[in-house]
Amino acid sequence: MITIKKARKIYPSKKGEVKAVDDVNLEVKEGEIFGVIGYSGAGKSTLIRMLNGLEIPTSGSVIVAGREVSKIKGAELRKARQEISMIFQHFNLLWSRTVADNIAFPLEIAGVPKAERDKRVKELISLVGLDGRGDAYPSQLSGGQKQRVGIARALANNPKVLLGDEATSALDPQTTDQILDLLVDINKRLGLTIVLITHEMHVIRKICHRVAVMEGGRIVETGHVLDVFKNPQQPITKRFVQQVTEPEETKETVDHLLDRYPHGRVIQLTFVGEGVEQPLITNLIRKFEITVTIVQGKISQTQNGSYGILFIHLDGEEEELDNAITFIGQHEVGVEVISNG
Amino acid sequence: MAETLFPNVNWDRMWGATVDTLYMSAISVVATFLIGAILGLLLFLTATDNIWGNKLIHVVLSAVVNIFRSIPFIILIVLLIPFTKIIVGSMIGKNAALPALIIGSAPFYARMVEIGLREIDKGVIEAARSMGAKTTTIIWKVLLPESMPALVSGITVTAIALVSYTAMAGVIGAGGLGNLAYLEGFQRGRSDVTLMATIIILIIVFLIQIIGDSITRKLDKR
Ligand SMILES: Nc1ncnc2c1ncn2[C@@H]1O[C@H](COP(=O)(O)OP(=O)(O)OP(=O)(O)O)[C@@H](O)[C@H]1O
Ligand SMILES: [Mg+2]
Repeated sequence: MITIKKARKIYPSKKGEVKAVDDVNLEVKEGEIFGVIGYSGAGKSTLIRMLNGLEIPTSGSVIVAGREVSKIKGAELRKARQEISMIFQHFNLLWSRTVADNIAFPLEIAGVPKAERDKRVKELISLVGLDGRGDAYPSQLSGGQKQRVGIARALANNPKVLLGDEATSALDPQTTDQILDLLVDINKRLGLTIVLITHEMHVIRKICHRVAVMEGGRIVETGHVLDVFKNPQQPITKRFVQQVTEPEETKETVDHLLDRYPHGRVIQLTFVGEGVEQPLITNLIRKFEITVTIVQGKISQTQNGSYGILFIHLDGEEEELDNAITFIGQHEVGVEVISNG
Repeated sequence: MAETLFPNVNWDRMWGATVDTLYMSAISVVATFLIGAILGLLLFLTATDNIWGNKLIHVVLSAVVNIFRSIPFIILIVLLIPFTKIIVGSMIGKNAALPALIIGSAPFYARMVEIGLREIDKGVIEAARSMGAKTTTIIWKVLLPESMPALVSGITVTAIALVSYTAMAGVIGAGGLGNLAYLEGFQRGRSDVTLMATIIILIIVFLIQIIGDSITRKLDKR
């Protein structure tokens, strides 16, 4: 559905040139929810704006839904944009229009007749759960409702691709989750390909199938979300993964524990997919002469399975501890000894 | 009552002058609105990093607007005498004031339009572009409606300025209340005539303000 080849975007600036996007290759499949994560200034917005021709790459090619967006111009580009719609961090609704008229706007652009427009607007209002609010003005809506209007508007012309630039970054956590659920629902129901840009790993974890990590204009890591969670390669990816898997207090707790229990070992277990459901702790206690204390844990759901992290403290004879750790390693569970007591 | 307070006022002529003032104001407001909106849109759209970004056109337009905006109105009337004679055929009467009124206020209004347009959230224009909107669609369906409260409050201020310009134009020969107040009131020392003309002008100004404010408030859904 989307192919980016050797895309580069260079902005001239006083201090030499800024490589906003630097040699990016990317492939997004039809029906996929693809996430791009990176810190501020990584070049995410520049990259996503290339997908609908709001930004023209300095070199390289961008093909979306069979059209080379980086080459076409004028009427052809405008036609292509009706199939590649976008939602925005600040919603970008027309305040002078009601909810219904905002949603009708792309239909007006596409030249859909009035009667058909009204019918389609009704469907869309219901699809995004805004029944009864059609005559409200954007200023009378909450952020979450505004983004629903943005989504309805983006879906009006039955696009093939939906782009979201920080679409949930202006929303509180609960509203973010509602909007993300709506996006998953739309993806499943309409088979829409979705590309999301974000700096929150939570968004990636919750709805994306695959993820690309961007840093300094380059994509430094790509993969299935669960694989990236399980086995992050780059330091920046590890930091993003920690955003959602490790509660903030983990390090403090572990330090505290090491002080309190000078004996034994603190171990970090990583469960992926099936691994989450094993009765591992029970087996440990039954099979070995050791005590097990659970320190902290967290399980996260991703679109391709669950992922969990558990910190435990083991105490007992040295040999027994070694055997227990070997035993854990034989299961589908990652083991990392944080520190010997 | 009116006879005793305003003994020298000829009400028929006062009424005729009021109609002339309203005529001059109305025509020049409409023309200023149209010309100013077009100029303002051009100023906005030709700014670098905008849709029609064109430095040369923008600079030239900007300079013309600034020059005409800075010339004091009374001097502008004098400067425009040859021009007015060609297109109106005379320097006397209500039509004679129109060229100067319009040329004097359209650039002033154009700047207000430009400021109004700049206040539109860039994201909204970008959203329209991302939907595949043409520039004309963006102008008619985004730029004008989204800046309408600013355009209306701007034309209100301009209209009020225009009413006082008509009075100034009256002094040098154009008709209307200014002309009446000057010829019959000031030159003949009949201050009641001047006072009455002033009162009517004030009423016109207040009405414009009230109407303009209420339309602005209705339009503004932010
Ligand atoms: N029009 C422009 N002119 C010059 N430099 C630009 C322009 N747009 C972006 N840049 C630069 O390109 C780099 C990438 O910008 P971009 O907006 O794509 O980052 P981002 O990842 O979206 O960041 P954020 O999370 O803050 O939105 C930045 O260093 C930015 O300063
Ligand atoms: Mg950005």
